[in-house]
Amino acid sequence: MSQNPIQVTVDRLKRIAHIPERAPRKPADAGTCPKCQSHFSSEEMVANARVCTNCAHHFAITARERLDHLAGGHDEWREIWTELRASDPLQFVDLEPYPDRVRKAEQSTDLGEAVVVAELEIEGELCVAAIMDFKFMGGSMGSVVGEKIARGCERAIELGVPLVAITSSGGARMQEGVLALMQMAKTVVAFEEMADANLPIIVVLTHPTTGGVWASFAALGDFTYAEPGALIAFSGPRVIEQTTREKLPDDFGKAEQQLLNGQIDAVVDRRDLPARIGKVLRICHRPDLAAQPPLANIISQASGERMGRIADAVAETITQTLPKLPKKIADRVAKAIEPRGGDDR
Amino acid sequence: MSSAKSIGGRFVKRIADKLHTAPDATSDSWDAIQLARHQERPYPLDYIGRFCDEFEELHGDRLFRDDPAIVCGIGRYHGEPVAFIGEQKGRDTADRQYRNFGMPGPEGYRKAMRVMNLATKLDIPLVTLIDTPGAFPGAGAEERGQGGAIARSIAEMVRIQVPTVAVIIGEGSSGGALAIGVADRVLIMENGTYSVISPEGGSAILWRDAGKARLAAAAFRPTAATCYRFGVVDAVVPEPEGGAHKDHDEAARLLDQYLQRQLKELRAMPRADRLRQRRERFRRLGAHKEFAIGDPSAVVSGRVDLTAPSDPSAPQAAK
Repeated sequence: MSQNPIQVTVDRLKRIAHIPERAPRKPADAGTCPKCQSHFSSEEMVANARVCTNCAHHFAITARERLDHLAGGHDEWREIWTELRASDPLQFVDLEPYPDRVRKAEQSTDLGEAVVVAELEIEGELCVAAIMDFKFMGGSMGSVVGEKIARGCERAIELGVPLVAITSSGGARMQEGVLALMQMAKTVVAFEEMADANLPIIVVLTHPTTGGVWASFAALGDFTYAEPGALIAFSGPRVIEQTTREKLPDDFGKAEQQLLNGQIDAVVDRRDLPARIGKVLRICHRPDLAAQPPLANIISQASGERMGRIADAVAETITQTLPKLPKKIADRVAKAIEPRGGDDR
Repeated sequence: MSSAKSIGGRFVKRIADKLHTAPDATSDSWDAIQLARHQERPYPLDYIGRFCDEFEELHGDRLFRDDPAIVCGIGRYHGEPVAFIGEQKGRDTADRQYRNFGMPGPEGYRKAMRVMNLATKLDIPLVTLIDTPGAFPGAGAEERGQGGAIARSIAEMVRIQVPTVAVIIGEGSSGGALAIGVADRVLIMENGTYSVISPEGGSAILWRDAGKARLAAAAFRPTAATCYRFGVVDAVVPEPEGGAHKDHDEAARLLDQYLQRQLKELRAMPRADRLRQRRERFRRLGAHKEFAIGDPSAVVSGRVDLTAPSDPSAPQAAK
């Protein structure tokens, strides 16, 4: 359970006070916790990072809300590579064409893809975060998700900061066929680049993390945490029951069970996540790795002097040829190469 | 007609036909899957036995147990030691159960990683032979870290210092195949298939009906031709007339030729170049569109389509 103060609105306290002895149990709806049947208001939900204040049930949270929460309750984060979109390499059609599914997901979630990559400060420590959203086609990993995570790693290396990956996915995006499978390799290659740059990776597994995502980068974090009750498995319980005909316990593959299996480092309440990640980032803080100037800057600095020499040579050539040109053109050229600001008048 | 087809021999012509003509998707994919699963098809031990005069098989992951679904060891291949890792199915019922239908558990991948490390230590090339319907879905496998074992196996294949060649000799489905498939060169047999999931699994999830496997196969198009077009595999290895199951010796001879050539090329490359190219090869794979919003560096480098709408929530088809 969270050690943080739980935020409760006045409305809610009032309602609890007026609950009759044995309230009739209502089926879960949008304003009711499916686990403990307690009611909540939407503001309260947002303030508590979509965790039930009564029983700590973790509801699904959108990627951008999670970024707000990680950044300390405000929107001081910069999303990068929003321009990447899925293409349809196989012209795939199942019950409906793949591009239609993508368009629907885009409209219903307001996201470009199943992962949001952003630069932000968690507890004052700069990092690159890659946050998956299960609502976008089951958080499935297609070419764009793989590419965004790989570029996220590259940006982290460029800045010399750690990567925080928060996963929530059903696995590889089947509509992209074998190319989706290759994204597993791509993300692992990107994580290897992080290892070469001596930068830490923090992975937080949220409900559910299964299939190709758990069998690639999600399992390769240096610090691996999970939210309470998150399903973490390569094959989901339904697939296992169908294949092997064995009856599985209810807590199969849940975060608490995977902690006992030694697959993760800790189960962390969502409300504690910013503090926990911030702590790890503080421990791993390496000013000598951070804020190395990007390669482009180094090149431009080195070539600045050379560019100056070229510009001088060009200017000299023009000045020499100027008298030979017709007057009208010569005037225009002279005006163009005149230093900015001109002489003081 | 492609140039390969006009100048090539018998096999080249047939493969060029498959690669460059528009296939009748339904029958093509399903036939390929049936051929890739043919129970008389050569399995890794059949190939290794024909490649090597002497082969020493290694057992056990040194942590839990031996997984018979993965066979690995070291053999003398054309006068040089080479490490082999393969996914082995069984021919008869008892054998199939012993091999767990070619579905490895975490122990299998840990055993494979042990042999990868051995190959690095001895500085000998590694050849992997892929033939699996996927990694084993079971409660025990999950508890012992199936996902983590596959992930670490992929990472080990990325990291390993020696020349590596992966060959998809039958069906290659899901992470179970990729775990030993991240190599300097990836080859596929003419009738091999390589996909994100088996058609049965895909139809159960996407069509919510496991009986729609034929439809799924047509949609996934897991054939050698598709993989070659996407750049997922580097070469398609021809099979004897009618498929590899008709003539194991001939199939092994043809694969042997391709393997030798790839290993020769890889041995000639400087190590640093080889490792960089392996990473770049897998870093590049994928298909996405890029619109000119957000990162301005994308516009400068000319990677984006400037005609795209500025509203990110409703992009139209571009490129």
